[in-house]
Amino acid sequence: MYKYNDFDSAFLAERNRQFRTQVERRIDGALTEDEFKPLRLMNGLYLQLHAYMLRVAIPYGTLNPDQMRALALLAAKWDKGYGHFTTRQNIQYNWPKLKDVPDMLDALAEVNLHAIQTSGNTIRNVTADHFAGAAADEIEDPRPIAELIRQWSTDHPEFQFMGRKFKIAVSGASNDRAVLKAHDLAVKIVKNDDGEIGYQVLVGGGLGRTPMIGKVLNEFVAADDLLPYIESVISVWNQLGRRDNKYKARIKITVHELGLEKIRELTEERFAQVRTTFGGADQALFQDIKRHFAAPEFRTGGTEAFDAAYDSDPVFRAWADTNLAAHKAPGHAIATISIKKHGATPGDATADQMRAMADIAEEFAYGELRISHEQNVILPHVHKNDLPAIHARLKAADLATANIGLISDIIACPGMDYCALATARSIPVAQEIATRFEDLKMEHDIGHLQIKISGCINACGHHHVGHIGILGLDRAGVENYQITLGGDATETAAIGTRTGPGFAYDEIVPAVERIVETYLEQRESAEEEFLQTYRRVGMEPFKAALYPAAEKKVA
Amino acid sequence: MARAFTPKVVTANDLLEGDVIYLTTAGNWTRDLRDAELITDEAEAQLRLLDAQSQPQIAVGAYLADAKAGEQGPEPTHFREDFRRTGPSNYAHGKQEAKLEATADV
Repeated sequence: MYKYNDFDSAFLAERNRQFRTQVERRIDGALTEDEFKPLRLMNGLYLQLHAYMLRVAIPYGTLNPDQMRALALLAAKWDKGYGHFTTRQNIQYNWPKLKDVPDMLDALAEVNLHAIQTSGNTIRNVTADHFAGAAADEIEDPRPIAELIRQWSTDHPEFQFMGRKFKIAVSGASNDRAVLKAHDLAVKIVKNDDGEIGYQVLVGGGLGRTPMIGKVLNEFVAADDLLPYIESVISVWNQLGRRDNKYKARIKITVHELGLEKIRELTEERFAQVRTTFGGADQALFQDIKRHFAAPEFRTGGTEAFDAAYDSDPVFRAWADTNLAAHKAPGHAIATISIKKHGATPGDATADQMRAMADIAEEFAYGELRISHEQNVILPHVHKNDLPAIHARLKAADLATANIGLISDIIACPGMDYCALATARSIPVAQEIATRFEDLKMEHDIGHLQIKISGCINACGHHHVGHIGILGLDRAGVENYQITLGGDATETAAIGTRTGPGFAYDEIVPAVERIVETYLEQRESAEEEFLQTYRRVGMEPFKAALYPAAEKKVA
Repeated sequence: MARAFTPKVVTANDLLEGDVIYLTTAGNWTRDLRDAELITDEAEAQLRLLDAQSQPQIAVGAYLADAKAGEQGPEPTHFREDFRRTGPSNYAHGKQEAKLEATADV
């Protein structure tokens, strides 16, 4: 993975030094809060409901063991012993003290991590397929592009004060695991008919109060042209995007208002100007970055130990069946570590758990870890024979929950338990749903079902693209939860449809239960997944189950 | 017709710790809503808010929050303020943690 060069290290050290003095000046009164706020936000420091919150970028979700240990150190030394992994492959600390933040940032810099551009109207942390470099369905590892974009966008003078934030995701696989179509801009690695590698560029996706599915702006951008092309797109939007209304400022609205054709035309015009200014420096840098992402030398050898454990240990088998995915190298697998134990806070890991995962990655998994937007941790490269030992270690660290892709593998934003923007809680709703279906022992029978919960309209919890989406709102001073069905976060992305009126806090778990019961009644076979059933039978049976009285009235 | 004024407390976050603070009658800051001043006069509320905003070295983002009189002092009328005076519901952190510690000391 990418290692900072002298320039990177010096840049980060200088930024941290500047922020340290900014904090000092705020505390001694030389800076007002109005002056300080944009400075702290540029460095990922928010002020939330109960405390400050530091959001640290995990570029394209990739971590090495030392970086994971540094994240553990921050949690143990300056927070309350845990961190919260987010839907943007970041980690958030919920309880830092203002005076400690400069020390936290210095500790991060030691392992090439930072919190720059995790807030503000800038280009945010570039996210990637969490199986990048490992997945069997991948054309090419997308992380070198992500790193190239990270370097280009970090402190880019043209893009520090845009009309609104800008989120980019990348993937090199046929299956979309990075929610590409919900991003302002997305890059998908593709091959043309001549076998050349290039990039499909999507634009105008987004969730929030006006959810939109991203559209293909360019089917094939040549490899050399990617960075100037992205710069052109953002530059066009940065000039035209609305600044009169923050709810209409994102590029999805610009694309919607002007039309894709117009954006394409303006991008081409701008591209003709911008392209010549790059002069090949980006390509030289790209070649250098690529070398950092060379795949490890994968071991050879049989999988007897895996096969024996799979046959003899039902607990291991259950975990292997849900938490493993196909790897491109023979004898290997991708293992997802669930940080969604039933009843626990989705995405939270303790400092001890982070250290345990770092140790496992170092000993067994070629020193690589990933954070997924689904708020889990991934060991991207594992030889199958090591899986029984890994599973035993995960069990000891309380990390062996076998629920990936199941109803308890819930995405939930921090909601009103932490977030100053939230209108309702999300975490306890997730906890109660997971606990309820664990008690019913139904989740393996239910199969693949994604619940995504947001505590406000901004949709950090991706509720629009959940098979079952839950949106927490404040209705006349009471928490109220709207349900959407049929959302899809993959290459067949779709925005869910609202079922009808919302549900009170104590009604939301029973409502989800009725939806699941309806699915089980309606499905044609155990193989038909929730989303397939929903697409086949439509909203009506679910509505009838959710609102029986209203149905009767209509009849 | 203008809407009737509902009682308020002045609340903010502490600059250094980030935690929720409330303005008292004496003009000090407290971490406990029950010790806050319940302001029943609209003009007075605006003045007290100005007082709070003139203390940027202590208070960040001061605002007036609805509250009502309770047996032990002001109580929140909205669930957001109820969470702010307590802490998150997934862990016993924040103000509820401080309370647990205080109980343990006794």
